[in-house]
Amino acid sequence: MSSAEGTSASAILSASRISKSFGEIPVLFSIDFDIKPGEVHAIIGENGAGKSTLIKILSGFEQPTSGSISYDGKVVTLPPNGGAEAMGIVLIHQELNLAEHLTVADSIFLGRELKKFGFLDVAEMRRRAAEVMQTLHVNVDPDARINTLSVADKQMVEIAKAISRDARVLVMDEPTAVLSVGETQTLFEQIRRLTARGVAVIFISHKLDEIMELARRVTVLRDGQLIATVGTEALTPDSIAQMMVGRELSNLYPPKHEPDVDAPLVLSVHNLVAKGVKDVSFDLRKGEILGFAGLIGSGRTAVAEAIVGLSHRDSGAIEVEGQPANFTQVAQSVDAGLAYMTKDRKGKGLLLNMGLRPNLTLLTLKKHLKGGFLDPSSEEKALERAVRRFDIRARDATVAVGRLSGGNQQKLMLGKTMETEPDIIIMDEPTRGIDVGTKQQIYHIIAALAAEGKSIIVISSEMQEVIGLSHRVVVMREGRLAGVLEGAEITEGEIMRYAAGIKQSGHNDRISA
Amino acid sequence: MTASAPETAGKPARGFRIDLKTAGPLLALALLVLLGITLNENFFTYNNLTNVLARSSFIGIIAIGATFVITAGGLDLSVGSMAAVIAGVMIMVMNWLIPSLGIGWSVVLAGMLAGILLGGVAGVFNGMMITRGRIEAFIVTLGTMGIFRSLVTFLANGGTLSLNFQVADVYRPVYYDGLLGVPYPIIVFAVVAIAGEIVMRRTTFGRHCAAIGSNEQVARYSSINVDNVRLLTYILQGVLVGVAVLLYVPRLGSASSTTGVLWELEAIAGVIIGGTMLKGGHGRVWGTVVGVVILGLIGNILNLQSLISPYLNGAFQGVIIILAVLLQRGRRNG
Ligand SMILES: Nc1ncnc2c1ncn2[C@@H]1O[C@H](COP(=O)(O)OP(=O)(O)OP(=O)(O)O)[C@@H](O)[C@H]1O
Ligand SMILES: [Mg+2]
Repeated sequence: MSSAEGTSASAILSASRISKSFGEIPVLFSIDFDIKPGEVHAIIGENGAGKSTLIKILSGFEQPTSGSISYDGKVVTLPPNGGAEAMGIVLIHQELNLAEHLTVADSIFLGRELKKFGFLDVAEMRRRAAEVMQTLHVNVDPDARINTLSVADKQMVEIAKAISRDARVLVMDEPTAVLSVGETQTLFEQIRRLTARGVAVIFISHKLDEIMELARRVTVLRDGQLIATVGTEALTPDSIAQMMVGRELSNLYPPKHEPDVDAPLVLSVHNLVAKGVKDVSFDLRKGEILGFAGLIGSGRTAVAEAIVGLSHRDSGAIEVEGQPANFTQVAQSVDAGLAYMTKDRKGKGLLLNMGLRPNLTLLTLKKHLKGGFLDPSSEEKALERAVRRFDIRARDATVAVGRLSGGNQQKLMLGKTMETEPDIIIMDEPTRGIDVGTKQQIYHIIAALAAEGKSIIVISSEMQEVIGLSHRVVVMREGRLAGVLEGAEITEGEIMRYAAGIKQSGHNDRISA
Repeated sequence: MTASAPETAGKPARGFRIDLKTAGPLLALALLVLLGITLNENFFTYNNLTNVLARSSFIGIIAIGATFVITAGGLDLSVGSMAAVIAGVMIMVMNWLIPSLGIGWSVVLAGMLAGILLGGVAGVFNGMMITRGRIEAFIVTLGTMGIFRSLVTFLANGGTLSLNFQVADVYRPVYYDGLLGVPYPIIVFAVVAIAGEIVMRRTTFGRHCAAIGSNEQVARYSSINVDNVRLLTYILQGVLVGVAVLLYVPRLGSASSTTGVLWELEAIAGVIIGGTMLKGGHGRVWGTVVGVVILGLIGNILNLQSLISPYLNGAFQGVIIILAVLLQRGRRNG
């Protein structure tokens, strides 16, 4: 397939025969890429295909091993470490890159602070920060510290920061991975506003419908090779997915096997009250997949963290396998067979500066003790098993986990959680940043676990995922349980109505409005 | 499955990967030894080397504790003053017990026990303030550093606390004698080092220290009891200060307000030269041993030659510390 558009004469930024190796390891092979003013050009590909590496090269954060980059028709060497921002090329990294102790306003103006008489013009920066956040419909105080924000809000701050620069080329690496549907739509509005002004946008996402909606052209990468650059009008999500993984993708979601009606309850939560959680009650049966839907910030993570003992519980009762459970330490919940997988893999899930092995076994070191001492060979075996089971692709097991592609980090974290051999698993955004091929794998793993008699709670902001996987769906809104959907009621419209507060629960007796 | 087969199969592959990061401190040590040999024929003698090692063993034992504290993302500035207080109290306890226990080993053992106990208690105090009081380690231990220092001055009434001569005679061999010609301090240092290395690499405690220093949140979400592990590192540090002091007291038989001055900085320097990261997350006990020995050798070599003034000892040590950190950073970017 060839380029859908004409020549690259009008391209603002283009790459010609770019190759990149990290040490001995090649990750990109002779890639051609270009972007024109006013265009949204999407890059897709499996985890580890080289998308992030390509756009880091396009914005100067990495230098190509060979090949050239042209900006405004002239061959250039982009300055490293974000120096290209001054030239109008702004990158939003896949992993959030904010200084945790700065305020929102500080972060947005970091490196180009406004000054008056040589001193920082704090008031003006705060005002403008508030203005940008306003256009993004984000409700955060410009004086709030970054470390107090949710992941989604942090992402919005990153976006605000990028948008507020006079970018000519805006590069976004999976900006929507942590955003809800509503937030994504706001972001898209802003992107359209920018492209209308002639800004070129490079956009990476694993969500194919977003790509279809937003992009004019799509470049598909597979294992560091350029597969094709095509116009989206000629494509369907299925055909893109096929190009990405190189095989046909049928049955993204495995068939649902409802648990028996008389299956025992393995987890009961009664009137749980905690920070961000107001009087939540629900049950989980053996072999059930229970979806948790809701807008970001609706308290789903807070419920999970209060259950496993990560955060303080104000009141309410929890029963695991019929026994009262008062977990005040995560270790207790793990011992009781209840595991929680965080959605914040960089901040709470993985030790980025360590290798795969210590990360995998961190939760379960006890299993690898021999005579009171750790047995590296036993850990090594566990790693081999996990790599096979979850298809973790690292070219070298000693590489720091921070260097794995985002999707492979996610799979490693799943492996780490499953090492505890839990009976009940709470997965918070289990497929964040994962490509469709791997998503399918993970969905089948989840279904297989349920069929084995494990019980699973899937917290997800991807509506399709919740619908495709869950036997029942709990919808949360503002810290409360807004409704529980079963069988044919599980539809996008129904979930949205509860999540947005248009509809309150009718049939769940324990819910107060 | 046999116990040893998979281990021996896995080990050589890892052991043979020599790079600057692991070999750096060893290389520096080898260079120093070579330099010493060329500068003075007395350097590479049994007497001189055991002397250097025996002196280094106090700092070394303390630095091994510091390796754990720093790996877990903490810091303990109080160890020098702590050593002084422990030495003072040990001497007072022994002197005080002579009437009831008489001159002999029972007094000395009681003094040793008191020293280790006091170290543990001081560690508990530091650790509790840091983990339960939620005060920064730097601030807490800066505070206790001052407290301990002034306590020893107070106990000694501004002067020197001296151990009863007869008890000192009983106690002397602990520093000056040894097994098969190896002084006891060196033996204890070696034992603590080997145990420390094993604990760091092959126990959950060691792994948890590295995890906490690397990212406290991840550690918490991985069901590690962060506060307890942290507290333990400070207790371990305190106990090891106690061990170091019970080897040190028989050397001079006295303690004063100048005992252990700047030991905390020497210990931290040894840890850093050995390749442990000051911000935590990665610790190497054997590296610390090499680091401390390097610092000891610099002083020794300067004393054995006449070209450069030995007063520049501190300057050389400083240069080595900065070089060590520079080298480590260089390879991380590469
Ligand atoms: N600094 C680095 N050193 C070594 N290898 C690296 C480095 N950065 C990336 N890689 C490797 O390059 C490959 C491509 O990674 P990249 O992050 O570009 O993938 P990606 O397409 O963005 O994947 P994802 O969808 O999971 O984010 C991976 O195998 C990754 O491990
Ligand atoms: Mg990526």
